Amino acid sequence: MSGEVAILGVGMHPWGKWGKNFVEYGVKAARNALADAGVKWQDVGFVSGAATMRCGYPGYVAGATFAQALGWQGAEVNTSYAACASGSQALAAARTKILSGACDVALVIGADTTPKGFLAPQKGERPDDPDWVRFRLGITNPTYFALYARRRMEMYGDTQDDFALVKVKNAKHGFTNPNARYRKEFSAADVAASAMVADPLRLMDICATSDGGAAIIISSVEYAKKIGRGDAVKIAAISTVTPTFASAVIEMPDLATDSAAAMQAHSFRAALPKKAYEEAGISPKDVSVAEVYDLSTALELDWMEDLQLCERGDAARLVRDGVTSVGGRLPINPSGGLACFGEAVPAQALAQVCELTWQLRGQAGARQVANAKVGITANQGLFGHGSSVILKR
Amino acid sequence: MSTKPRVPVLEGWFTLEEKPHLIGTKCAKCGTYYFPRQSLFCKNPACDSEQFEEVKLSRTGKVWSFTNACYQPPEPYIAAEPFVPFTIAAVELAQEKMIVLGQVVEGVNVSDLKAGMEMELVLAPLSEDDSAVKLTWKWQPVVTTARGAQ
Repeated sequence: MSGEVAILGVGMHPWGKWGKNFVEYGVKAARNALADAGVKWQDVGFVSGAATMRCGYPGYVAGATFAQALGWQGAEVNTSYAACASGSQALAAARTKILSGACDVALVIGADTTPKGFLAPQKGERPDDPDWVRFRLGITNPTYFALYARRRMEMYGDTQDDFALVKVKNAKHGFTNPNARYRKEFSAADVAASAMVADPLRLMDICATSDGGAAIIISSVEYAKKIGRGDAVKIAAISTVTPTFASAVIEMPDLATDSAAAMQAHSFRAALPKKAYEEAGISPKDVSVAEVYDLSTALELDWMEDLQLCERGDAARLVRDGVTSVGGRLPINPSGGLACFGEAVPAQALAQVCELTWQLRGQAGARQVANAKVGITANQGLFGHGSSVILKR
Repeated sequence: MSTKPRVPVLEGWFTLEEKPHLIGTKCAKCGTYYFPRQSLFCKNPACDSEQFEEVKLSRTGKVWSFTNACYQPPEPYIAAEPFVPFTIAAVELAQEKMIVLGQVVEGVNVSDLKAGMEMELVLAPLSEDDSAVKLTWKWQPVVTTARGAQ
């Protein structure tokens, strides 16, 4: 894939636990994005929705659901599902449509309403389903995050205090973000006082699930120029590659990794941004700001290394030195990240792109990263899904 | 100890010997191991084999990482009343070049474990209902540490 597309507008519905229909969040986000773009809904030729699996049939056909709610106007629709990367995959579909010349302007949209409490597997006795088996054996989602965190402690000497610093930093970033769900500053002592969930991770090291919606209007560069928006932020790359066998890291919901007896082991997380950098022709040293999937505090440190923003094992030192805070050399998660948002699966990858757009435009207010020119996102979800998007000014 | 029959929680996932093994498969063409068993298609992209042999996986390995469950997991986990937190380890098997998760035997805490420690597979109760004790595989330090010894 070569060629850039322009981001004309971005919009969100604030994250929270609002308990309303997901369509409401999506439509609000779409209207905000349309207003931000200065584009009429009737001028959108393609609606690319990210599906939600938790809101019944309208969620499975999210693209059409949002198009109908906004008012059928004859656009083509698409719906993508790729777990946590659903939003990026919907964005990739829209970009392809535009670069192929099949449409000028597209709306990319995702929203979710999450249930209260634990995300549990379907009922029944289902020993053929790895997700059922791991819960039967007592292996929950935090188990995996904690194994990665402990591995850092064992390999690099990271400490629980280092992980707490990530939370303190992200809470400070999200404090003034009007779209964030948790807008409260925390101290390292607050984190240390929260309940241990899966040693070494405490409650405040692990992200929650939220309701929320995000939307993006993209267009061809020619169209952007035609409407006087030639200076719009551009999408330089979207990577949605799968893992390469043999996958080296134990991944949710599996009980074992691939065997590397016959084939070399590969890191999936590291592969995602690698393809994005190659596609954009941009080097990690050019990155001004990153939005990464901090399902746990420690995972943010893994991502920094997978994004090649520092050497392996060096991420905690950067956090300690303030490098990754707004005001530092390389701010990570200026939005506040999942720590302040909580995860709204089909909207989350799009929310990362919204934040980077505001950052690259210089519209991020108190959390603005000075002179941001290149931004990169990263996320990973179940069943070999993940994404990395590079934006540039 | 309960006099109820002891039955595996998952049929065919491990042997019931005194020194138990996880039961996996091995691709007859490329030698890739699978756990849980894979017997339809080899997942190695360079291999199109559909032939597998059943194998007992190595019953010892080295700790890759570890954690615990401080809160009761949701169903289908069946917890004792009251819930007792348990330790979990990811153990790297050298010959298979794979990492396998499992609970750690009772009495071994996170503070007893280190990456690289030698672990062996044992069978231990996972849960108990009116008719039977359900057994699962658990990891146990090969040389139990002072605090882990029971």
